[in-house]
Amino acid sequence: MKAMTLKRATSVFGAATLALSIVAGSAAARDLTIVSWGGNYQEAQKKIYFEPFSQKTGKPVLDESWDGGIGVIAAKVKAGTPNWDVVQVETEELELGCMDGFYETIDWDKVGGKDKFLDAAVHECGVGAIVWSTALSYDADRLKEAPTSWNDFWDTTKFPGKRGFRRGPKYSLEFALMADGVKPTDVYGVLRTPEGVDRAFKKLGDIKADIVWWEAGAQPLQLLASGEVAMTTAYNGRISGINKTEGKNFKIVWPGSIYAIDSWVILKGSPNTDAAMDFIAFASQPENQSQLPEHIAYGLPQKDAAALVPAEQAAELPTAEANLAEAVALDGAFWVDNIEELTSRFNAWLAE
Amino acid sequence: MTALIKFEQVSKAFGKLTVVDLLDLEIAKGEFLSLLGPSGSGKTTILMMLAGFEAPSSGAIRLQDKRINHLPAHLRNMGVVFQNYALFPHMTVAENVAFPLLMRGTPKAEIALRVGRALDMVKLTQLKDRKPSQLSGGQQQRVALTRALVFEPTVMLMDEPLGALDKQLREHMQLELRELHRHLGLTIVFVTHDQGEALTMSDRIAVFNAGKIEQLASPDEIYDRPRTRFVAEFIGETNLLSGILRGRDGDLARFELTGGASIIIMQPQAMEASGHALVSLRPERVRLSQSPAAANAIPVTVQDTVYQGDHLRVKVFGEGVELVSKVDRKSAIWPVGAAAFASFEPAECTAISQ
Amino acid sequence: MHGYFAVRSALRARLGAIALVAPLMCFVLFFFFWPLATMMQAAVTDGTVRGVLPETAAALSDWDGESGPTAAMQAALIADLRAPAQQMDFGDAVRRLNSEISGFRSLMSRTATAVRGAPEGSTLTLVGIDQRWGDPKYWQAIRRAMPLYTDRNLLAAVDLTRDARGHIAQAEGGASANRQILTRTFVISAAVTLLCAAIGLPYAMIIAASGGWVRTLLLIAVLLPLWTSLLVRTAAWFILLQNEGIINDTLIALGLTDAPVQLIFNRTGVVIAMTHVLLPFMVLPIYSGLLAIPNNLLPAAASLGATRLQAFRHVLLPLAFPSLMSGCLLVFMVALGYYITPALVGGAEEQMISSVIAFFATGTANWGMAGALGFILLAVTTLLYFVYGRLSRSPTMMIN
Repeated sequence: MKAMTLKRATSVFGAATLALSIVAGSAAARDLTIVSWGGNYQEAQKKIYFEPFSQKTGKPVLDESWDGGIGVIAAKVKAGTPNWDVVQVETEELELGCMDGFYETIDWDKVGGKDKFLDAAVHECGVGAIVWSTALSYDADRLKEAPTSWNDFWDTTKFPGKRGFRRGPKYSLEFALMADGVKPTDVYGVLRTPEGVDRAFKKLGDIKADIVWWEAGAQPLQLLASGEVAMTTAYNGRISGINKTEGKNFKIVWPGSIYAIDSWVILKGSPNTDAAMDFIAFASQPENQSQLPEHIAYGLPQKDAAALVPAEQAAELPTAEANLAEAVALDGAFWVDNIEELTSRFNAWLAE
Repeated sequence: MTALIKFEQVSKAFGKLTVVDLLDLEIAKGEFLSLLGPSGSGKTTILMMLAGFEAPSSGAIRLQDKRINHLPAHLRNMGVVFQNYALFPHMTVAENVAFPLLMRGTPKAEIALRVGRALDMVKLTQLKDRKPSQLSGGQQQRVALTRALVFEPTVMLMDEPLGALDKQLREHMQLELRELHRHLGLTIVFVTHDQGEALTMSDRIAVFNAGKIEQLASPDEIYDRPRTRFVAEFIGETNLLSGILRGRDGDLARFELTGGASIIIMQPQAMEASGHALVSLRPERVRLSQSPAAANAIPVTVQDTVYQGDHLRVKVFGEGVELVSKVDRKSAIWPVGAAAFASFEPAECTAISQ
Repeated sequence: MHGYFAVRSALRARLGAIALVAPLMCFVLFFFFWPLATMMQAAVTDGTVRGVLPETAAALSDWDGESGPTAAMQAALIADLRAPAQQMDFGDAVRRLNSEISGFRSLMSRTATAVRGAPEGSTLTLVGIDQRWGDPKYWQAIRRAMPLYTDRNLLAAVDLTRDARGHIAQAEGGASANRQILTRTFVISAAVTLLCAAIGLPYAMIIAASGGWVRTLLLIAVLLPLWTSLLVRTAAWFILLQNEGIINDTLIALGLTDAPVQLIFNRTGVVIAMTHVLLPFMVLPIYSGLLAIPNNLLPAAASLGATRLQAFRHVLLPLAFPSLMSGCLLVFMVALGYYITPALVGGAEEQMISSVIAFFATGTANWGMAGALGFILLAVTTLLYFVYGRLSRSPTMMIN
């Protein structure tokens, strides 16, 4: 009886989702469904992964896009049979979902062996798909002098104008600490102490009035293009993308950037686990994966694939040696533990 | 009597449609004037211009010799009673009646006093806290009237105020209104399409057709001496006899009917001799008898008899003339096919130019 | 006999009527009340931890709550971690514990890995695995998570918490701002509602007074935002309101201002954008309300001596008041749920409660908090609805 109550309490949302999926009639056997981040990134993925894979297997592949959030995954998995199979997730979603049993275990032999990948791209539940960076960006046509560090980002006298930041504690706190003189390698060590968090919020407070907060990845580009902000944090792939498509002269400051790995995972209970695994293997093959930087400037976690990328393309990627030198790897474990508390505090800080 | 209100060459057009055409009209103080006409004849537009809801396209409207063409409605001090009463549904009876006083900034105590007195007069005191929707049609009518009276307007304008009431109530209200008019010495301009109503209440009636006055006169003159065919037909029922005016002898003249018979009529001055004309003869003036009974007597045959309660309506035909006669039920019985004389006096015939 | 048939046919008619409304009732129950109820339930149910750690629960009942962990407690936790558990239930329990103390998640996963990896029968000490286990606060957190029902989510939703003694107390300063964000949500919604009413009432009056194609055009103009996608609309606002946007360019060209006026990424932008989107919800009810007002009332008021303003104040406004109120209610309630528009055209000060709910629901799968915040919002909204009921039924406004 007690167990039933517990079970019901924990799975109410799952059950609601299940009810909806029954109504939608999607519980029946369906085609492999792959979910990624949308936009021109997914367009590229469609061209180099989804369509060729579909041709190879002779079966249709469906693709959808999402905006992240472990809650979305949780609702799908708890419904029993999820209507997604392969999903590209961020670091915390990988960590959290793996701990909570939302993902199938990866068959690394099928993907080609762990040693073929960057260490950070290997996980019990996920296979690294891209390496991407969040970095200081600016419009070189507007700024006479080029900023070179987070210190410059914070210096509103030398570089007058607003600053763009992704809303939320993630990235903001790390960048604030670096602007406050913390070495890139020490950022998470400092942030793990309560004093470190206070220090980060205090530093962030110095330019609070000058910050324009953004949420969607396309917004910082708009902000830069319109001159609304002098500098902003942005995703590196978007910056090189808009330079290419719209002839902008946006620049990225690599030192102090934070890179992270997005991974492919397979949702627990997926009716297409084999096909899903095959797809991940297909997307990890060097000859396939190496085509990605041609479309969008994300680094490749598969070492052989990375080696195949032409030099001038490779230099733009977060994985280029020069770009990695003073960059920080996003600490997923830290954020898995602290995202809720720090988001509450961040909201409170914003409201002050 | 001095003219309180004057319309001088007033026209009103909506786009290309002229609704009121070069109207000249004077309304005396204390007068009960009815504007009578079919719908679309312009009578309501005249009222709206007088109330200040419409401005004339040309001409002048004068109130006590002051031109008021563009004077806003709220400054005219005219009481208007609308067709559907236009009571404010969110206010009680007392609040509705107090409204015009409130708008005039009358002191609270005085408002209470005057509202109380007004409601007393129309016997609505008991209903003063009701909402209009809780009243009968007659009660609503009385509230609307009281509301338009309470501020002692210069003139009362009424737009078919009795149209929505049933027949009995309407007749009762007609009498009540006339009583009120006499009692308070009000000037009333009353728009109606009901000729009976106009005849009952008015001092004068202006009959409208297509934006123009056809005839402006007292009720009995309108009824007995219609000046145009329109008036003759619109007011009451009439026999219209067409023919040619022949000889004249003083006040009398000979009128040759189209069917060949001749009759004697009175007062043909207005008409040119040997002109085609019409003669209006009210059915109740035509007597039926076995032998000629008046100066004019046409031998006829009874064609149809209709029982109408207080009288018989008898249709007769003779010498190429068809006539309708209203006869007393007691006088005689006129079976279909019976021979008779239709008799009438020259004074009862009104000639109308065609 | 006769009566029997009458009763039977009445019964049949009643059953027929029930059968007719049954689909609707089922729909409402299933898609409206049930999700609502489950959400409310999620806000107050707890006990995932008890389900996964039953022996620890038993051991904790003997603990004084302040001294270090007893050997029995440690052994019980080890035994619980050894026992095979549903991974998803375990995940829920860990999430619950991590919301008590940040870092509990990594502590639990490290401990679980160590316990499960240790050979059967070997002696383990929790403090040996991680010294944090020596700190009573982790055990207190586990104990707090044991009851089947909790008010912690509801309290946390309004920045309250229970202190060590179990009394309700203010949450630590700077840790949470839900109350402030809730207040702000209501303030922004109220501002948008007022602005919508200020624009919507005259606008609806103009529509009601116009006719033909003018009326159609005005209606289309106000409905247009409803037919436009959110992103297109937002982009349009961006073009208009940004520093180098049309409005600022015009202002500077006219010499009204030297530097651009900040119109976007602040409250001004949010209120303008939300008013734009929500205006139809105000205009349409008022418009239909105005149409129902007999058109001779205003001339009547004028003839009785009322100026235009007096006629508006004493006649039109009271009569339009119920529809104005329902427009306000509609706009206000829809505005409460907005978060994408504030996020896109607002600044830091414009985050609304829905975005916090979305963060908990999709961002961290903390459905308890999402449910609790949703409940608070629902409660306040319901309260407002009753206030509206009273207002629109107040005696002077009654129209029978």
